[in-house]
Amino acid sequence: MLDYLEEILTTLKQNKLRAIMTGFSVAWGIFMLIILLGSGNGLQNGMEFGLRDIAQNAIQIWPGRTSIEHEGLNKGRRIQFTNEDVELLQRDLQGIKDVTGRLYLWSEVPLTYKNEYSDYTVTCITPAYYRIRLQDLVKGRFINENDLKESRKVLVLSKSIVEQLFGDEDPIGELVKVGGIHFKVIGVSANPTDESAKDAMIPLSTGQRVFNGSHNLSNLALTTSYQTIAENKQVEEEVRSFLARRHRFSDEDQEALNVWNTMESVTQAQGVFNGLRLFIWVVGIMTIIAGIVGVSNIMIILVKERTKELGIRKALGASPWSVVQLVLSESLFITAVAGFMGMLLGMGVLHGASVILRQVYEGNPNIRNIFYNPSADFGVALSAAVVLVAAGLLAGFIPARKAASIKPIEALHDE
Amino acid sequence: MSKSIIRVEALHKSYVNGKNSLHVLKGLTMNIQEGEMVSIMGSSGSGKSTLLNVLGILDNYDAGSYHLDGIPITRMNETKAARYRNQYIGFVFQSFNLISFKNAVENVALPLYYQGVSRKKRNDLALEYLGRMGLREWAHHLPSELSGGQKQRLAIARALISKPKMILADEPTGALDSQTSREVMELLKEVNQTGIAMVIVTHENEIAAQTRRIIRLRDGIIESDEVNADFQTLPNT
Repeated sequence: MLDYLEEILTTLKQNKLRAIMTGFSVAWGIFMLIILLGSGNGLQNGMEFGLRDIAQNAIQIWPGRTSIEHEGLNKGRRIQFTNEDVELLQRDLQGIKDVTGRLYLWSEVPLTYKNEYSDYTVTCITPAYYRIRLQDLVKGRFINENDLKESRKVLVLSKSIVEQLFGDEDPIGELVKVGGIHFKVIGVSANPTDESAKDAMIPLSTGQRVFNGSHNLSNLALTTSYQTIAENKQVEEEVRSFLARRHRFSDEDQEALNVWNTMESVTQAQGVFNGLRLFIWVVGIMTIIAGIVGVSNIMIILVKERTKELGIRKALGASPWSVVQLVLSESLFITAVAGFMGMLLGMGVLHGASVILRQVYEGNPNIRNIFYNPSADFGVALSAAVVLVAAGLLAGFIPARKAASIKPIEALHDE
Repeated sequence: MSKSIIRVEALHKSYVNGKNSLHVLKGLTMNIQEGEMVSIMGSSGSGKSTLLNVLGILDNYDAGSYHLDGIPITRMNETKAARYRNQYIGFVFQSFNLISFKNAVENVALPLYYQGVSRKKRNDLALEYLGRMGLREWAHHLPSELSGGQKQRLAIARALISKPKMILADEPTGALDSQTSREVMELLKEVNQTGIAMVIVTHENEIAAQTRRIIRLRDGIIESDEVNADFQTLPNT
């Protein structure tokens, strides 16, 4: 092994500049591949970052207005969900894991604590909500079943609201006036994708009793028990026709309900990213092929220059295979070292970009939803390494065969 | 009873070039015993280089037979040929054929590298052989830093290190001045005294005169094969 390395290094040392120039083309190819793959990952991570606050198999439904006359009813009718919808969906349909209704109080409600007050959107929820719209609990607890059952006047606030109303004070247990009625703060939450999100959440039953006086819901949200897009679409269709029957609108009516199927969007996006990644690999491999041809070219020249030396080696007892090994390992060495450097450089640039982006996010958090944490992970590095070894062997193949076919007599007389 | 190291019978070899066929060796028969010192003479075109290539398993022959140390050498793959060359034959060339970017020790140790001898062992042995050739101080010099005579002694050390049964020398003094030629010939004789057969291809009578037996080739056949009457053993042995 050491002998091989020495052989390789002595020949390379004789032509340092040539070795460096040859290596550069390979290093550049790998560098580009890593940068492209990292950027692809950045775009995908950005999209996934934007979906961190929602369950992967969530389906959310907002009511709309009917656009088709149905069973003698005029079009343009407004659909109104009620608690009954949630109960019946839960009871009658298969494949639904969690289902919940949400009620938004009239647009902006003043929240008052001591002398501080501001207007916020207040959402009335059930505990199932936290399993569909994912939130981080910063402090205290979320709304639970008992809060709902007893219609307690409790409140969970976003971190950013707490900062505005309470400053440095501990909000847990404090009373906040919501539209003139006292609620006790029980928890502080944070939105994983948007730190500036301002949510004030109270139990659904409390909200309906205190502010609305009916069983109305603003929208429905559910998670399915399935992981595939087909099964999720199936559930979506069943829910749609179930609601169509209940609220008497046509199955065909696309405007009566607005449905957002998370898994569908995720799958579509993933399809795009898979395509992108394939494209990147193709471009990257093409770039590397240019490098391989370069290495191959140089190796052929090198073998030609070394015809006499290789002939001497053969006369002294070098088998064809050992000559092949000599040339192959040299080409492998150039590609591996150069490629490794290109890989390191690429990873370094990606890391630098991540650091800079982190600073950019502080000024503009929304960028995270577009481009987040561009990185080449271990898998990418491993694939690149495999590509490198293959490239090295491929580059050395033709020159090695040429070297092996050298006839010692001809080489020895080649003065 | 001495054993034959080279036994060649009715050896034929032609070079085919398109439609033209050049019949170079036309049925050579000869026998060289273990430890003999033989020169093969002939003008250019007499087939002596071709014969040397065949004897050195660097080239194939068309008909006849060749036994090297009792082993039939027939058409064989290159890997096997390389192994036989490595084990049985040491080469000394007119143009030395040293590897220019390797120093003296590395050049001498190269045949052992292809035998898979460990680095330390082969370098130690190479130093020992260099010492025998009086090149110990030059061990870490490149061939380009050595004189012609030194280069040839280096090549002889390389030929000897694998303990071959015979040495094939192709015009070993062709590139040397007469003083150095004499020294190299003395060295080859000394080597021969240790029991290694020596086959020297030359066109110089002066060189041939220093071997015990002279085989003359002409037009691909043996013209004469005689014991050299003038041969003198080394005075100090």
